[in-house]
Amino acid sequence: MDVHEYQAKELLASFGVAVPKGAVAFSPDQAVYAATELGGGAWAVKAQIHAGARGKAGGVRLCRTYNEVRDAAKSMLGKRLVTVQTGPEGKPVQRVYVEAADPFERELYLGYVLDRKAERVRVIASTRGGMEIEEIARTDPDALIQVVVEPAVGLQPFEARELAFKLGLNIRQASAAVKVILNAYRAFRDTDCVMLEINPLVVSRDDRVLALDAKMSFDDNALFRRPNVADMHDPSQSDPREAQAAEHNLSYIGLDGEIGCIVNGAGLAMATMDMIKHAGGEPANFLDVGGGASPDRVATAFRLVLSDPKVKAILVNIFAGINRCDWVAQGVIQAAREVKIDAPLIVRLAGTNVEAGKKILEESGLDIIAADTLSEAAAKAVAACADAKRAA
Amino acid sequence: MSILIDETTPILIQGMTGDKGTFHAREMIAYGSRVVAGVTPGKGGTTHLDVPVFDTVKDAVAATGATTSITFVAPPFAADAIMEAADAGLKLVCSITDGIPAQDMMRVKRYLRRYPKDKRTMVVGPNCAGIISPGKAMLGIMPGHIYLKGNVGVISRSGTLGYEAASQMKALGIGVSTSVGIGGDPINGSSFLDHLALFEQDDETDAVLMIGEIGGPQEAEAAAWIKDNMTKPVVGFVAGLTAPKGRRMGHAGAIISAAGDSAAEKAEIMRSYGLTVAPSPGDFGTTVAEVLGRLKSAA
Repeated sequence: MDVHEYQAKELLASFGVAVPKGAVAFSPDQAVYAATELGGGAWAVKAQIHAGARGKAGGVRLCRTYNEVRDAAKSMLGKRLVTVQTGPEGKPVQRVYVEAADPFERELYLGYVLDRKAERVRVIASTRGGMEIEEIARTDPDALIQVVVEPAVGLQPFEARELAFKLGLNIRQASAAVKVILNAYRAFRDTDCVMLEINPLVVSRDDRVLALDAKMSFDDNALFRRPNVADMHDPSQSDPREAQAAEHNLSYIGLDGEIGCIVNGAGLAMATMDMIKHAGGEPANFLDVGGGASPDRVATAFRLVLSDPKVKAILVNIFAGINRCDWVAQGVIQAAREVKIDAPLIVRLAGTNVEAGKKILEESGLDIIAADTLSEAAAKAVAACADAKRAA
Repeated sequence: MSILIDETTPILIQGMTGDKGTFHAREMIAYGSRVVAGVTPGKGGTTHLDVPVFDTVKDAVAATGATTSITFVAPPFAADAIMEAADAGLKLVCSITDGIPAQDMMRVKRYLRRYPKDKRTMVVGPNCAGIISPGKAMLGIMPGHIYLKGNVGVISRSGTLGYEAASQMKALGIGVSTSVGIGGDPINGSSFLDHLALFEQDDETDAVLMIGEIGGPQEAEAAAWIKDNMTKPVVGFVAGLTAPKGRRMGHAGAIISAAGDSAAEKAEIMRSYGLTVAPSPGDFGTTVAEVLGRLKSAA
């Protein structure tokens, strides 16, 4: 789960990481009020979306008067902001963050990531703040300073000091940076973060070290024990169909193709998409109905897939282990009763209770194209999709 | 032989008395697995499905000599269950649980390292379908009837894709020595490499099928290892050719995030290290058959 910049900063501040003063605003008036409360003579107005690269897309504006603050907020709120990271449809801006914009001396990079290969937390720092870290990793990997944290004891002060001195900080700056590095690590660990990026981490003229931007992603599997993080969820930032699927504990991702997929298991779901492509078609979605696919869940899955107007054919591929084919077949029938399925429907059932499942479908009188194997199912789906397009 | 489990392996089930534990315990016993104990804190001294239940894994091991565990424990307590099993000296722990926090698994992996390598517990999973040595024993949640006993080892990150492979092979009369689901989480107890090494040593395994997914470095590492260490032929596949970058596809692990993470790149790496790559997920059976045929004609 991702959160907004201002939420990440709230969390970081609660762990003792220094951040600039700021306030969130949902309207231009609130933005102006925030600026008056913050004081000073310069403010950054920043669109709050779950994506980076906002600056180049006009999502961050430096303002020197209250009118400029109002105009900046007005220009962002209620619009969709398109950055290189959002995709062409962009993300809706429903809140802006107004932040005191004090001048700073240097921009650094500080990141934490759960490293799958090392199976540990990796801390990455660089003197090249403000740049994309992927870019630095590619062009100048030596500019990355890294520490892999021993999980039994956590990040140690000496490791933070080494990072700070390698960043070229003087002793006053380094002691401020050490606090940030250690406290941000605690925040990462104690909120079950999987990615924390402070870019840039800035050094002020009076030797303070602050997080000027912050991005945090959290482990969905750990939200049960991080209610304060879970409360920060903003459904407006996800695709509506994906959000709806998540409410039903289904895993759905929309794609550009025309063949809707309903599959159990993430690996088989990906393989089904691959098989469709191999057979000459394009999948419209990834959808994993999961282990306990009750008739209700299957019906919900159908509603989701059919709500995509691009879908010209539907392929159901179930290899039942814990699932039972007869349940899934009942789900298909229930879905057909509740939702009008006007696209050709290809069903492949295998595994537990497969014969019972096939029998239920045959006796239902539904117009179903049955398939026994994955290859056959994909080929039939691609052919049915082509027929449907010709007929239209 | 087979790897990891056979009909003599004494198995204990953590979380046996719950709904899922009960259902799958029954299936495993029916398949022929030697289930000798259950562990549910607070239910020690009772019996469940005619199997004695203990409060702790140590008690169960002391009384029954169990060497292997399967855990049906809810995500918040699953890491704890794995560490309890490791501390009781079990050789193998299979964790079915889907939804364990990644940082918990990070701590589990660190905890396992406090034992020297030859005494270290092998963890399979989490978020996996388990292990089956067809005709001998099942330590998992798979439908046992789709597997034919035979000479091909299978390692898969995905449960259902492993089923798909087994059934395609069965349709061609090809059987499985052992099938291992290593799970879809970003941090696994054991990797492709751990099980490839076991299959290489196993007399009953002539070839191995490894089914990977997008995301993570495991498949590439395994492929490099195969080139230098494996004498038996390996068929590979990586699911997720059509997956968009940066999106999480169901499994926490299935996300393309770095260079070399995509299905096409990993399949190319496999090919470059001499693996035979199945052209599509509909070709697991035929590709394995082809590789076995080549073995036969070479012999």
